[in-house]
Amino acid sequence: MNIPTHLKYTKSHEWVKLEEDGTATIGITHHAQELLGDMVFVETPKVGRQLQQGEECAVVESVKAAADVYTPITGEVISINPELEAAPEKINQDAYSAWLYKLKPSNSADLNDLLDSTEYQKLLESEAH
Amino acid sequence: MKTTSLNQTHRNMNAKMVDFGGWDMPLHYGSQLDEHHKVRNDAGMFDVSHMLAVDIKGDHVRDFLRQLVANNVNKLKQPGKALYTCMLNPKGGVIDDLIIYFLSEAWFRLVVNAGTAEKDMSWISAQCNKLAPGLEITPRRDLAMIAVQGPNARAKVWQAIPGSQAATENLKLFQATTFDKYFIARTGYTGEDGFEITLPNDDASYLWKMLYAARVGPAGLGARDTLRLEAGMNLYGQDMDETISPLESGLTWTVDLKSDRNFIGKKALLETNVKYQLLGLLLLDRGVLRSHQKVSTQYSKEEDNGEITSGGFSPTLNISIALARLPIQISVGDEVHVLVREKKLRARVVKYPFVRNGKSLI
Repeated sequence: MNIPTHLKYTKSHEWVKLEEDGTATIGITHHAQELLGDMVFVETPKVGRQLQQGEECAVVESVKAAADVYTPITGEVISINPELEAAPEKINQDAYSAWLYKLKPSNSADLNDLLDSTEYQKLLESEAH
Repeated sequence: MKTTSLNQTHRNMNAKMVDFGGWDMPLHYGSQLDEHHKVRNDAGMFDVSHMLAVDIKGDHVRDFLRQLVANNVNKLKQPGKALYTCMLNPKGGVIDDLIIYFLSEAWFRLVVNAGTAEKDMSWISAQCNKLAPGLEITPRRDLAMIAVQGPNARAKVWQAIPGSQAATENLKLFQATTFDKYFIARTGYTGEDGFEITLPNDDASYLWKMLYAARVGPAGLGARDTLRLEAGMNLYGQDMDETISPLESGLTWTVDLKSDRNFIGKKALLETNVKYQLLGLLLLDRGVLRSHQKVSTQYSKEEDNGEITSGGFSPTLNISIALARLPIQISVGDEVHVLVREKKLRARVVKYPFVRNGKSLI
């Protein structure tokens, strides 16, 4: 399983990278892209939008299905990945470098809700059964 | 779960397996998009053994089929010829779509969908008891089916089955012949040239390996769906079913109302007030069209007056396309709106197929 230890995760298969400057980068996990298959369309949130933890904020669509992305933490969208509009397949190629959006977190307590890589791995193992 | 004789072969090739109406089938072998392009540009193979061949034998099979299905089997004059048709219920709804092969006056073969196979068998048996009690109806679960599709498909089949070229190179579209233990038909569900090969279960994995050695790429149900959508071919359960008339499902061309024969569902069709038609859509805005999304048009008073029956991403055209059931007043070239996650996206009404023999028709 491809679950980098330096990232945090959610039960809905997003990953979160906490940057040194206090911002957070968010994407979907390798497992999520594997379930969905070849990506063909990504809709990202608008820069400046305020997101509440758990809110639907992006959509990733594969040849197979559409999936909502729920923001793992509350905050303001400060940038989106401009590459994904033309090349959504980058998510399949490397889910952890093909980030969706960056956020300025406004509620540090949200971070306690995230899973570490060991916990996320356990989640995947339990879903496999 | 039901399995085909190629199940282990798929697993050995690292297929992603899915439950497809109770059958354990390959969705893809890595990338559905690559498999799609392989079929459009070269040759791919599909395990379609979940579909069911049904042999009907006896005296006057043709007379029975003239009543059983909506297309006219009298179009089948030469042994080996195939006909696409719907089988209707008395209300004119589609029980299934199928291909009928004429092998001899005493032997016709039907190939029906996997998901409807049991329902079809009991319907056909019941009609047979009523209309032609002497006929012998045999479901052929002893047979596997491999579809080999793409511009290079036929040449690669000839490579994989030594000696088959002479027997099959003169087959026209929708024509089949027997060679050795293979029943080889020039048919398919992709809009490309190719063969559908029916053979004994025990021989299927060997043929699959020979085809693979001839560099035919394995392709799963995922690519099968995007290919058939681009080719504008209906999928049972999505584009038509028992509740909707074939006349409103883009299947009018398969229904013969001209001849004087009386087939099941004919009366209902003649009384149908056709309000809808099946047309193609091209998405003009960014996004992906999916089945069941609502389409609003200048002719619809309510948002739900049109509906996408099959939608998806077209790998060949690199945009989203769909088949949609739209009000009869709509014409090719009109612009409509599709409701996608609370947003109205613009789409253009087009004729389908979208793609044929590797080329865009849009």
